[in-house]
Amino acid sequence: MSYHAAPTIAAADAPRLAQDDRPTLRFVTCGSVDDGKSTLVGRLLYDSKALLDDQLDALASESKTAGTTGEDLDFALLVDGLQAEREQGITIDVAYRFFATKLRRFIVADTPGHAQYTRNMATGASNADLAVVLVDARKGVITQTRRHSHILSLLGIRHVVLAVNKMDLIGFDGGRFASITAEYLTLAGQLGISQVQCIPVVAPDGDNIVAASTRMPWYTGPTITAYLESVDVAGDASQQPFRLPVQWVSRPHADFRGFCGRIASGTIAVGDAVRAQPSGHLTRIARILTPAGERNHAEAGESITLTLADEIDVSRGDVLTAGSAAPVSDQLAAHLVWFDDAAMVDGRRYLLRCGTASTGAVITTLKHRIAIDTMARESATTLDVNEIGYVHLDLDRPLVFETYRDNRDMGSFILIDPISHRTAAAGMIDMSLRRATNVHWQRLAVDKSVRARLKQQRPCVLWFTGLSGAGKSTIANLVDNRLAELGRHAALLDGDNLRHGINRDLGFSNAERTENVRRVAEIAGLFVDAGLIALVALISPFRSERELARQRLEAGEFIEIHVATPLAECERRDPNGLYRKARAGQLPAFTGIDQPYEAPLAPDITIDTSELSSEAACERIIRYLREHNYL
Amino acid sequence: MLEVPTIDAPAVPGMADGKQRRITPSHLRRLEAESIHILREAAAEFRKPVMLYSIGKDSSVLLHLAMKAFDPGKPPFPLLHVDTTWKFREMIAFRDRRARELGLDLIVHTNTNGLSQGIDPFTHGSARYTDVMKTQALRQALELHGFDAAIGGARRDEEKSRAKERVFSHRSASHRWDPKNQRPELWGLYNTMLAPGESMRVFPLSNWTELDVWDYILLEDIPIVPLYLAASRPVVERDGALIMVDDDRMPLQPGEAPQWRSVRFRTLGCYPLTGATTSMAATLPEIVQEMMASRSSERQGRMIDRDSPASMERKKAEGYF
Repeated sequence: MSYHAAPTIAAADAPRLAQDDRPTLRFVTCGSVDDGKSTLVGRLLYDSKALLDDQLDALASESKTAGTTGEDLDFALLVDGLQAEREQGITIDVAYRFFATKLRRFIVADTPGHAQYTRNMATGASNADLAVVLVDARKGVITQTRRHSHILSLLGIRHVVLAVNKMDLIGFDGGRFASITAEYLTLAGQLGISQVQCIPVVAPDGDNIVAASTRMPWYTGPTITAYLESVDVAGDASQQPFRLPVQWVSRPHADFRGFCGRIASGTIAVGDAVRAQPSGHLTRIARILTPAGERNHAEAGESITLTLADEIDVSRGDVLTAGSAAPVSDQLAAHLVWFDDAAMVDGRRYLLRCGTASTGAVITTLKHRIAIDTMARESATTLDVNEIGYVHLDLDRPLVFETYRDNRDMGSFILIDPISHRTAAAGMIDMSLRRATNVHWQRLAVDKSVRARLKQQRPCVLWFTGLSGAGKSTIANLVDNRLAELGRHAALLDGDNLRHGINRDLGFSNAERTENVRRVAEIAGLFVDAGLIALVALISPFRSERELARQRLEAGEFIEIHVATPLAECERRDPNGLYRKARAGQLPAFTGIDQPYEAPLAPDITIDTSELSSEAACERIIRYLREHNYL
Repeated sequence: MLEVPTIDAPAVPGMADGKQRRITPSHLRRLEAESIHILREAAAEFRKPVMLYSIGKDSSVLLHLAMKAFDPGKPPFPLLHVDTTWKFREMIAFRDRRARELGLDLIVHTNTNGLSQGIDPFTHGSARYTDVMKTQALRQALELHGFDAAIGGARRDEEKSRAKERVFSHRSASHRWDPKNQRPELWGLYNTMLAPGESMRVFPLSNWTELDVWDYILLEDIPIVPLYLAASRPVVERDGALIMVDDDRMPLQPGEAPQWRSVRFRTLGCYPLTGATTSMAATLPEIVQEMMASRSSERQGRMIDRDSPASMERKKAEGYF
């Protein structure tokens, strides 16, 4: 099995490889715009000789054309890699850089200072052991410094280097440095950042970056590099109970069933008792396969494959645990950093990813928002982009987790918007709101398919959406009657009628409209479970809410019918006089007048009653149901 | 199988073959574990993933990691090679041999439109050629097979715009990368959601450096194309680069005659676009030593990065890997 001209390894090389076990420190740089973060990182790369000749040549020529430093090298150009950044002279996305010194390897995440890019700072911090926070010596600790330090503390960063940059511009004033240091230490104390090292620097000139500055003899502490090389950030993940979020079930042949994942904490050995959570089944470890072959034990951080002594049901998203059991809950309290331009909507369902588990999750309560400047708790109804809040979450199914304090891998999650697929928020679990260990779904012996067979129909939801007065209820009533004539089983849910009953506690704010739609979708879903054809006549103006209704159901069970009668025609009919009231300003937030109606992008059926009679519309829907084998 | 000297690892109890293993440095173990985690996420989350196999050293490491990630099974995705028809002949032979030895499904795709238009790197320039035979070809192949995730061996230390790319990097239905609107990526959590027609590029080697790759190849005894090792090869010098005359399709300019020089390649691609370096490093340890003393980056040998300062970012936005 020789693939190439038999390279041989000289014995002399073995010592180099054996000794080259320099640990890697991952750190993040943050600070306000123009504090000189990119320059600092560029300088670290330059001074650690991480730059090669062709890269230096390119830097020299780009400094002349795109630089902001006149004849000198513009170190920021080394890290500002995107064209837009070079044009605007700012950093808009996190950049990862690699360099090494004699003692350590470093991966640095250089992150943006603009307020609107705070999400990228959180991203860089999420995988960092330490943070370098830059401040401009002329400005000291400012709002951005507080904001970033707050995010760092939320993300569990306990080690901070405060680099007080541009010392040359305040005449290397040691007194000013001392007062900035004191102010930051107070802030760090409030935030629980336990290890802070303050260093005065001049990034473009390299003072106290690698070499000690000769211009600040009053400073006797370490340089940035010396500190990064020596700081001890070792965690104790191996000392905690064993947790393995199952990523992948390996079944290459009938005799092998392995459970793959990366150990989040603890150690494990062959023969150890483990439990699968949330099911709670107990078994023992049979074999441990690692990238270095089969072994007797493994520890936190390793990607392994386990086989178990007994055949128990374990799948992706489950967690194998040993020692104390991990908490399981479907109701959590957590901190959120909101990322999406679309503000948080309570009551809306997001997709939550934690470890290898995914589940639907509704933000039930925003307990408070946290004011970045003062760390004070404020009451709020929503979170906008870059805001931080404390929320209660209601999950579709129980989650095996740890608090973020105890375990970063098992206590962190992201929320994904189910429509746009954007990462809407990053979350850190604070605590469980109740134990859900014993909550199980009742297994139903008579299921949907049995009921459907009895009724000789495929259950589904006919969702009529459109403006007020478009004809939704009229057509839905006709279809309901027609189905009864055909001996089929249907039920009509009319939005107006429901507001007199189950939804009478709801008004017309966005959040209440969302809840209104959610309840109707849930009821329609229960009717489908019962084998019925559910007819829903509801304005349901928002695309996202209709999409949530679709997601409550299985594929093919949601039929979206857009009753697309034009606004002018609806207003002309005005059967209940609502448009008149709305135009007179008596009905705020009326759909079509002062609130948008988001038409379906790809409805299953479109009906315009200004062109088609209600009876003809009814027949078209019945024909659709027949052609698609619902009847 | 060449024998790798053991540093101080005792025979591992319970090892089926009783073979001795060397101790891998902790930073390589950490990178290895992270890459395997990413590969398994890609396999678990996507409907139809594929691994882009470019035959180079990074692809060799990626393939090795994929074999480990799913051992004792096979990786649950095929390999895809976008063949421009201008790859070094040794690369193609190596590719076919590796796929056969490992028993993997290998898909080879060539842009036949480009071929029939006679697009070649000599007459059409590297930019046009790369767009047609690599970028467009890759898009064709992904669409033809309906792959929703393409796993590649790109590293963040290679180039500035790569330094900003996510591990799971979203592509629109038209295969475009929107660098200003990337999904934030925190912890080891990846947003793998796709709308119909969209796809993901997945980069398990994001946090590796070039030196890490060579150290790992050396430690794990990973097969690589012999072109990485110095040997006497026929080259001509053009625009300061040494181009190997790999076959008789290469038009020689008046007065140009191939010279036999001891050279090797730091990166491999299409032979007319890949510059060789003068080197006597004929073994892997010699390569690593040469690398550590080197004062130039590996991409210096690539002609396509030099077209304009932001050329890589633009190519990536258009769908280049």
